[in-house]
Amino acid sequence: MIKILFVEHDGNEHPVEVEAGSSVMLAAVTNGVPGIDADCGGACSCATCHVYVNEEWVDKLEEISPMEEAMLSLSSDRKGNSRLSCQIKVTEEIDGLVVQTPEFQF
Amino acid sequence: MTDTANTTRAKDPTTQSKWSMVGRDPYTMPLEEIDLSHPGVWQANEMHPFMERLRREDPVHFCADSAVGPYWSVMKYRDIMQVDTSHQIYSSEPTIGIVDQFEEFTLPMFIAMDPPKHDEQRRIAQPVAAPANLKKLESLIRQRVCTILDSLPVGEEFDWVERVSVELTTQMLATLFDFPFDERYKLTHWSDVATAIPGAGVVDTYEERWNIMQECLAYFTKLRDERINAEPGNDLVSMLAHGEATRNMPPMEFLGNILLLIVGGNDTTRNSISGGVLALNENPGEYDKLRNDPSLIPNMVSEIIRWQTPLAYMRRTALVDTELGGKQIRAGDKVVMWYASGNRDEEVIENANQFLIDRDKARQHLSFGFGLHRCMGNRLAEMQLRILWEEISTRFHTVEVTGEPQRVYSSFVNGFAHLPVTLHSLK
Repeated sequence: MIKILFVEHDGNEHPVEVEAGSSVMLAAVTNGVPGIDADCGGACSCATCHVYVNEEWVDKLEEISPMEEAMLSLSSDRKGNSRLSCQIKVTEEIDGLVVQTPEFQF
Repeated sequence: MTDTANTTRAKDPTTQSKWSMVGRDPYTMPLEEIDLSHPGVWQANEMHPFMERLRREDPVHFCADSAVGPYWSVMKYRDIMQVDTSHQIYSSEPTIGIVDQFEEFTLPMFIAMDPPKHDEQRRIAQPVAAPANLKKLESLIRQRVCTILDSLPVGEEFDWVERVSVELTTQMLATLFDFPFDERYKLTHWSDVATAIPGAGVVDTYEERWNIMQECLAYFTKLRDERINAEPGNDLVSMLAHGEATRNMPPMEFLGNILLLIVGGNDTTRNSISGGVLALNENPGEYDKLRNDPSLIPNMVSEIIRWQTPLAYMRRTALVDTELGGKQIRAGDKVVMWYASGNRDEEVIENANQFLIDRDKARQHLSFGFGLHRCMGNRLAEMQLRILWEEISTRFHTVEVTGEPQRVYSSFVNGFAHLPVTLHSLK
């Protein structure tokens, strides 16, 4: 099992353990982590699964695709460590990932 | 003419244009003649069976002959998602309406632009509808909702569209723009004019429409000039006036963006406000659920927006030859994504033809579109509807529909001209 820690904007922590193969968005949604809406269901087309990845993880994740970049650029809360969690695959390499959920999903 | 007479006329095949499908049998008429672009069936509220048949028999449907020329209809949820998220294949230019506009009277608006220009312009306007900004406006919005609701007569029939839906959305726009409150009806007028087809009642010619748009530009330019010299505020005009990238926007772009926000915030929420009342009346069991558990309101709001689908479609234009659902689409073809149909697609949405306020995954609907052009005001719309229903619930037992709803003559704006209701106070 792979461990992911979700931290809400107010500091509330939600540790989850999931099998490899799904996405960080699904890991949140299927474990009842608040703050992820995922309106489009994981199609990289709504930007409502926005998360901030802890700095030490930014370079370890797969690169941002042009579509993810375009959707992220629509968010006024975008930062250097912003990602769409539906685009982060759950693999052995991300075991221990820490992400923060924003106060609002756009 | 009374509302009932209007409704009767809307459903009477003998008074319809030759293009109208009103009164025709959706299941026996030749498939190739189905034409959802004509407003007749939308006004008569007969569109759903035609859409249901197309979803089943011909989900990517070509209409060769219509009053607005040949076009493709995309009926199913997943196909619509594919078109909406493939902006390299399906362009939003030159227009997102099914009717081609005269170029000299077309304003630059980012809803009808492709990247990179779309992204640059949208980024400027986006913060006004961002949730953090909306939070600052929430108490003012609630106060205005309460004033409207407290002014309504109880036990006596009135028009919900006029007294609540239009009034509330107009006041919201005035709030967002910090527009002079007593002159707020100008906003509704400009919105109606901006989307009017000359000759259909609002304006007679393109020139007349253009002249009224120039008045709108002059008014907003005056507001912007005043605010440049004032402290920056949370309103849209102030944001545009003080924003690095926007303070020197050329006049036509300034007007285009202002109008897009006026139109986007006007018809859409207005018709979700009216549509929600009608849906709860047609589904009394759901109204009971709401009375028993007002915490369902946020979920219900998403369900109302799905059910109503206040903008029935968005149009794209194919940039290259491509294939969709086994059909060959050629560069230059008009492709219409019928959100109102995709939102009833049983393959993706369970019990899609039922209005269920406690539906699971209620936010997964197409009404806001998906991809780069996804509705920028979606959180604002949801907030307005949520506050409205929270305040209705503490005041009235029932908003009862007591007359025949009169629907708008449009295949784009899916909504209501009049909705007679009577209020019943809490026991």
